[in-house]
Amino acid sequence: MTGPVVVLENVDMIFGEGAADQVHALKEIDLQIEQNDFISLIGPSGCGKSTLLRVVGDLIQPTSGIATINGKSARQARLDQDYGIVFQAATLYDWRNVAKNVQLPLELMQFSRTEKDRRTQAMLELVELTDFAGHYPWQLSGGMQQRVAIARALSFEPSILLMDEPFGALDEMTRERLNLELLNIWRKTNTTVLFVTHSITEAVFLSTRVIVMSARPGRITADIEIDLPQPRNAETRSNVRFFELETEVREALRISEGGQENSRAPA
Amino acid sequence: MSESRQRIWAPVLILVALIFLWEALVTAFNIQQFLLPKPSAIVGNLVQVVLLDGAVPKEDPVSEISLDNRFIVVVPGEPTPEMQATMQEARWWEFPLGARRVSVLRGSNLTPILAASWFTLKEALGGMAMGTLAGIAVALATTRWSATREALLPFAIAANSMPIIAFAPIMNNWFGIDNPFSKMAIVTVMIFFPIMINTLRGLISVDNRSLELMRSYAASDSEILFKLRIPNALPSLFSGLKVAGALAMIGAIVGEYFGGPRIALGVFITQEAALFRFASAWAAILVACLIGISIYLVILLAERLALPWHPTFRA
Repeated sequence: MTGPVVVLENVDMIFGEGAADQVHALKEIDLQIEQNDFISLIGPSGCGKSTLLRVVGDLIQPTSGIATINGKSARQARLDQDYGIVFQAATLYDWRNVAKNVQLPLELMQFSRTEKDRRTQAMLELVELTDFAGHYPWQLSGGMQQRVAIARALSFEPSILLMDEPFGALDEMTRERLNLELLNIWRKTNTTVLFVTHSITEAVFLSTRVIVMSARPGRITADIEIDLPQPRNAETRSNVRFFELETEVREALRISEGGQENSRAPA
Repeated sequence: MSESRQRIWAPVLILVALIFLWEALVTAFNIQQFLLPKPSAIVGNLVQVVLLDGAVPKEDPVSEISLDNRFIVVVPGEPTPEMQATMQEARWWEFPLGARRVSVLRGSNLTPILAASWFTLKEALGGMAMGTLAGIAVALATTRWSATREALLPFAIAANSMPIIAFAPIMNNWFGIDNPFSKMAIVTVMIFFPIMINTLRGLISVDNRSLELMRSYAASDSEILFKLRIPNALPSLFSGLKVAGALAMIGAIVGEYFGGPRIALGVFITQEAALFRFASAWAAILVACLIGISIYLVILLAERLALPWHPTFRA
């Protein structure tokens, strides 16, 4: 694929259009994502980050504007199974054990039995859960559940990984470890990632670009290139440039929130 | 381990204590058996334990001691030939206890009560099978076509508020009073709603994220049904089945109160009560209770086998 992976042109999303309580969730969004980009969307609560992610994934259709994915419509991309999705909640199926959960998309896409087993095995190794293949979701910690969700999303090698605050419900230590794991996976699999987060540190640490959004209506207010060296690792966090970029994102968030009474920077 | 043992033994001890209290109070206050028979008199209809004290010869003729549906009978000396013949016929098993012999007999009402219970159990299970199939079918249909749901649900809810058992005489008239199908029809209608509404709830109350996940894989409606909705509905289907299991025996027995073949449990109970044989009516009720509990336990076991993944069963 040579062209950009995601192109959004003048996308507007209005919920309950015409009603007194209509919500202008997204306004005039233009965004282009290149192959192998790791893009973070950051902004105050209710700024439409998740909505934007859902528009890209064709889980909702925009009120106006065009979303083009891999050179085709978002709907066609969904039907072609171009998306791997990870939500804040792991959303594992309780009645399937870890291996069966990872296999779910492979089953639906009619992979052969040997291929299913091979990929499940490989994915569980990737997220280091091989020993837990037979466990049921309730037997796993939150961090392990989320790793299963990531393995499931990657099992069929989607060209785009959509992640909606995947580590938002986890404790700080687990989150940092999974951040590193995610970067490893991203490097190994050559996927393009669209990542929604509340955390400035997480956004700067992971991304090649950070998109800052403002709330009501949700608009892109800044697009910050993260030029930290790859591969990122624990030392990246003590890099001077890391702090500069953090400050830059924090400033951009403050400006984007300028008009609101609630001006505390998200943690 | 000791805690789970305690969970079993505490209720058992309370039950045993209550039965002894019941026996003692009825004896102490000399309560008439048509008001409340003694537990031993009830059980004596089903099982009798005879203690034969052959070692002590007695001058009194033993024939004055009657078995008479008593639970525990002590017979001093040799039993009369008549009694021996009765015991021979009804004997389950016999074993020595020191110098004595203990003979366990089938109670005089055991055979008719068991036969009646089997007849009524078949009605209950037949109705349960039909009601469950119908409930699941309607739940699936209303999941598939949500327009049907909005059109049908008010009727289903209204039907649930009706005392369905009131239709029992009508069903008896429609299908024939001696035809077990008349009772099955009552049970079917009674359990349809709890099965249908529980299954439906499980089918439609699917986590929105789970659905979005399926959609992101471009899954078809039938794939979503089989891989997401149906597994998601199994726990609530089992809740429905537990309710239905209790209702099924109620429906069948009460249906028989309005008339049925002589061999039915409900008919047996009404007849015995009408003839002032309350202890044997109680014995039949006791067996009905045990059957109800057994149905519940079987459903519980099936649930454990079918849903090993369910967090309720975590060790």
